Amino acid sequence: MLQDKDRIFTNLYGLQDYRLEGAKQRGAWNATKEILEMGGDWIIDQTKESGLRGRGGAGFPTGLKWSFMPKEVGDRPHYLVVNADESEPGTCKDREIMRHDPHLLIEGCLVASFAMKANTCYIYIRGEYIFEREQLQRAIDEAYEAKLIGKDNIHGWDFDLHVHHGAGAYICGEETALLESLEGKKGQPRLKPPFPAGAGLYGCPTTVNNVESIAVVPTIIRRGADWFKRFGRDRNAGTKVFCISGHVNHPCNVEEAMSIPLKTLIDTHCGGVRGGWDNLKAIIPGGSSVRCLPKDICDDVLMDFDALMEHKSGLGTAAVIVMDQSTDIVKAIARISYFYKHESCGQCTPCREGTGWMWRVLERMAVGDSSTAEIDKLLSVAGQIEGHTICALGDAAAWPVQGLIEHFRPEIEERINNYRADRGHMQVIAAE
Amino acid sequence: MASRKPHREQPTSFQWSSENMTWCEGQMQKYPEGRQASCVIPFLWQAQKQDGWISIPAMEVIARQLEMPYIRVYEVASFYTMFNLAPVGEYFVQLCGTTPCMLRDAEDLKEICKKVIGAENTINDTGKLSWLEVECLGACCNAPMVQINDYYYEDLTTGKFEEILLKLDKGEYVEPGTFNPGRHTSDPEGENTTLTDEGLYDGSMAKKIRKLPNSEPTVTE
Repeated sequence: MLQDKDRIFTNLYGLQDYRLEGAKQRGAWNATKEILEMGGDWIIDQTKESGLRGRGGAGFPTGLKWSFMPKEVGDRPHYLVVNADESEPGTCKDREIMRHDPHLLIEGCLVASFAMKANTCYIYIRGEYIFEREQLQRAIDEAYEAKLIGKDNIHGWDFDLHVHHGAGAYICGEETALLESLEGKKGQPRLKPPFPAGAGLYGCPTTVNNVESIAVVPTIIRRGADWFKRFGRDRNAGTKVFCISGHVNHPCNVEEAMSIPLKTLIDTHCGGVRGGWDNLKAIIPGGSSVRCLPKDICDDVLMDFDALMEHKSGLGTAAVIVMDQSTDIVKAIARISYFYKHESCGQCTPCREGTGWMWRVLERMAVGDSSTAEIDKLLSVAGQIEGHTICALGDAAAWPVQGLIEHFRPEIEERINNYRADRGHMQVIAAE
Repeated sequence: MASRKPHREQPTSFQWSSENMTWCEGQMQKYPEGRQASCVIPFLWQAQKQDGWISIPAMEVIARQLEMPYIRVYEVASFYTMFNLAPVGEYFVQLCGTTPCMLRDAEDLKEICKKVIGAENTINDTGKLSWLEVECLGACCNAPMVQINDYYYEDLTTGKFEEILLKLDKGEYVEPGTFNPGRHTSDPEGENTTLTDEGLYDGSMAKKIRKLPNSEPTVTE
């Protein structure tokens, strides 16, 4: 188990002072000037060396992403945009960072912007997080006042940090949709290429990073890339904030080492699964977009990118949604399908039409009003959405459905058979 | 789901309060020259805070302010679901119904809404309350939860939730936050399993770093 002294977010629960003095006392803004003096390339090398992978879901190496930015500033300014549009069902970690440890994020923004030669950074926070926005703004005002950021600050790099907010659209968590939204448009993802590092915000070179990815950087550099690499398996380095929700005795956020066994995570910090481990039915290990895992896989799976990938699931945002035996799993996944139907931006036909279709079929399957042949059709439609859209929302809508059918097909079939047995002969109607 | 159609009865005009006018000017400074369209979401949001919902005249005023075609503003207002295109109750209850909350009985809270307030998307008789089921609000470790106007009310039970609604209906203030006495925020109920080491908070983490790891040559103190 990770020791307290190795935790980065020491005020995760807001039990301490979130303001500048308190944050400094806990180690924020320590040696920031010395970090910047080492130069941008060194910062990027250290971040690469630490093995930090993006914490927003995709797990792309952060340092590598930064190195895609142009080496010199041309006629267009560089931008850092922090993705704080945390909306993946199950995920509530960035919220805690922004309201309880905002100075780590602000410091990270300065360090990362300096490394990428950006003088302006925008934090795009979801519209619903109003308290978090206020709290973050208070911290930013403090940092300006203390001359930690702003024009002619004590760190010698002119740097402006602005908070921008959305207004309730999950799709704006996709980086190009976020940029569209930040420019004052509907949040509809852009085709790539060009990638944001070439043409992002206002057509300028831009890097978009998750809150957690940015907020951990100063601490990693202060304590050393080797320190960070000690935790987790090879290629899955570091510590991570896990959000455990659903049917556990004590749901919570907790920062743990990567590659911790899922069962240990739940038993140590959440008081175990409701009714004991044997009462477990399934777990969605990385936010609603990834495939669920049945109990026998959960028994010994490790919580990192590669281990979960082996089971065709994913670490995603490390939002662990636990479901015990009392769960109607078909209904639970149908509710996720409804979520994607609601949040599809409508730009690509397979996603716009497919998400609604899958939801309507699953709603019927939840009561058994379907046929076994329709399960195959559902699987086929899911496969036709996956990979056929501009952004990953289509994939994210297809994976939970595929996971459900892969692991719980007999349960759906049984339900269909029971429904039919009650009614004698019946005809299956099409989804529309 | 929130209605994405503009309200039938629209006011004839919209005017910013003088306070909001100053606020708008401040917001424009955040974005580069010629990029004032970036302000559209914050402006619409402020208009909603001022009037409770967004009317067509408000969109027109904002369009002129930001030198945008009106249709672009309308497009944004109807795309983002947090914008109310019709009036809502003085206390607008947004109930999270997505799977993590559903697993912790958000559906029972929905029944309470129906019982105390009435049908979804309708304002109750006192004009104080209306409710809407929304998608994941990002407080899953404190499920089930609702957002009432600006803030989150977490770890609710049917009893506590009903109590909150009845109080608000009478015009009483209810402090937001968690309603589980064993929790502070998103920490586990009862004893915390982490962040209990006093050494984290005694200032030892703020000690001067003489030399950053992997930094050659030595950093001057």
